[in-house]
Amino acid sequence: MDYNKRLDGRGFNELRPIEAKAGVIKKADGSAYFRMGNTVAYAAVYGPRELFPKFMQDPKKGILRCNYNMLPFSGAGDRVRPGPNRRSKEISFVTEKALSAVIDLSDSPNAVVDVYIELPQTDAGSRCCGINAAAIALADAGIPMKDIVCALAMGHAGNKIVVDLNYEEEHLPHYLEGLDNKDVADIPIAMIPSTGEITLLQMDGIISRDVLIEALNKAKDAMLQVSEAQRNALKEKYASNIAYVENDSELSNGESDEFDNNGHDNKNNNGHSSAEKEFEQN
Amino acid sequence: MGLLIKDKQVVVPGEVLADDLGYIPGFGTYRNSHNLVCSRLGLVNVEGKVVKIIPLSGKYLPRRNDVVIGKVFDILMTGWRIEINSPYSAVLSSKETADFIERNEDLSRHFDLGDYLVCKVINVTSQNLVDVSARDQGLRKLRGGRIIRVNTHKVPRIIGKKGSMVSMIKQATGCRIIVGQNGLVWIDGEPDKENLAVNAIRKIEIESHIPGLTDRMKIYLEGITGVKLSMNEGDYNGLQ
Repeated sequence: MDYNKRLDGRGFNELRPIEAKAGVIKKADGSAYFRMGNTVAYAAVYGPRELFPKFMQDPKKGILRCNYNMLPFSGAGDRVRPGPNRRSKEISFVTEKALSAVIDLSDSPNAVVDVYIELPQTDAGSRCCGINAAAIALADAGIPMKDIVCALAMGHAGNKIVVDLNYEEEHLPHYLEGLDNKDVADIPIAMIPSTGEITLLQMDGIISRDVLIEALNKAKDAMLQVSEAQRNALKEKYASNIAYVENDSELSNGESDEFDNNGHDNKNNNGHSSAEKEFEQN
Repeated sequence: MGLLIKDKQVVVPGEVLADDLGYIPGFGTYRNSHNLVCSRLGLVNVEGKVVKIIPLSGKYLPRRNDVVIGKVFDILMTGWRIEINSPYSAVLSSKETADFIERNEDLSRHFDLGDYLVCKVINVTSQNLVDVSARDQGLRKLRGGRIIRVNTHKVPRIIGKKGSMVSMIKQATGCRIIVGQNGLVWIDGEPDKENLAVNAIRKIEIESHIPGLTDRMKIYLEGITGVKLSMNEGDYNGLQ
C-alpha cells in the first residue's frame, strides 16, 4: 500500500519543527539544546581536560569521548532502564566517529574532550538530534573544527522517501493497514554541510540502491535547514547579549552577573508554521 | 566576491569568510580551495589582508611569559605541581623560587597545598609540559582576598589597553587586583568593594564583544561608586 499522507500531516520533504539553543548549561565548557519535534537533546562539553587513565592518552592529539544517554522517562512507552546498554554504547560510538571527522585536537595532546548527550524526551531520530546538539556544544566550547556537523534521519515508507521520521512512522505497519515491516526503512545520516561529506550513515530496513541514493540526495537539501538552525543558535547566544546592553536599565543595580536568555525567542521558524501548530496541539 | 563578513562580527565554524584568494588565513581560519573558512567560534578581525578569529570561548593554553595565577595541588621531590586552569598542570621547581631552598628541606614551608600564587610561564613543550617560575619581582604567594575565574579569552578586555581597564576598577573600588592570563583574578579589598569589583569584571566578561566597552564601564563604575575616574595605564599583574 502507498503512503500518501504523513501521519502527522507534514509534507514528505518537511522537517519537524526545530529549536536550537547554545550555552544552556552554566558549568559546562560548552553546551546546547536541540529539539526536533518531540525529540529533545541536551549536550554538554567538558574539556579539553586531562585524560585518565593515562594509557588512553594520545601524545599526538587530544581524543574525543561521547556519551549518549536516554533518561528513564524519555521513551514512548516503558521506562528506559538507566545506564549504558548495548544500544547506547553503539550510538555513543557512532556519534564520536561522526563528530571527530571535523574537530581538530592537535593543539591539546594527551587531553580529552568529553561530550555528554542526554535525552529527556525521544520520538525517533534521537541519535541525529544528539549529534546536532553535540556539534553546537563543541563549537560553543571553542573547539577548533572544520564545520558544524548536522544530522538527520531520512526514511522510506511505503514507496515514499520521507524526511525526518518520527516514532509512529518508524513503526508504520502498526498504524497503517497493508504495510509490512520491510516497507519501512530508517536511515540516520550525519553530514559536513559545506562539503557534503557523510560522517554517519546507518540503516534499518530494506531498500534498493537507487532509493538509497535518491534519499541521500534529498537529505542534502533538508540538512541545510538543520545547519542553519545550528548556526543561528550560536550567533543568537551573543546577539542576545547585545540586545541586553542596548536596552538595559538595571545595570546600575550591579546585577551584571545574573544574565539570562529569557525573553529572547530562539525559535527557528523555517516555514513549518503548519506543522508547528500541529505539534503544539499534540 | 571578496570579503563576505563584516569586521568584528560573530562567526561560527564552517562559515565562509572570503571567497577569493585575496585574503590570507590567520588564527582560527583555514583555506578550502578558494574559500577562506572559519574554524573557531569568535569575532572576525580583518587586518589588511589577514583575516583571523578572536575566540570567545575555550580553555586556556599556556604560553611562554604569561603571568598566571595557580594553585598548589601536589608537592613533588623538587618542587610543586600547580593547577593553572588549563588542561595541563605546571611544575614550579624549587630552584625557581625567590628564597634559597636547602636540600631535603620541607617544601611545604614555602608553598603548601592549596596555596595560590602568581607565577610566570617560563617554558612550554610540544606536549604541553609547563614550567613556571616564582623568582621574578612581584611573583609571590597570594594572601587574603578572593579568587574568581573568568573566561580566559576575556582577560585582555579586563586588563584593557596597558592595564587601563583594571586600573579603572582599582581606582573605583580601592581593591588590589591581579589578573592572571589563565583567567584567575585575585581581588583584595573591603568586602563590599570586592563585590563591586567582581560585578564589574563579570559585566566586562558578558559585554566585551560589543563596541564601546571602555566608555560603558566608566559610566557604570562612576554610577555605582560615585568616584570620578580618569583613564590611566596601570599595573595589572603586580609586575609593573
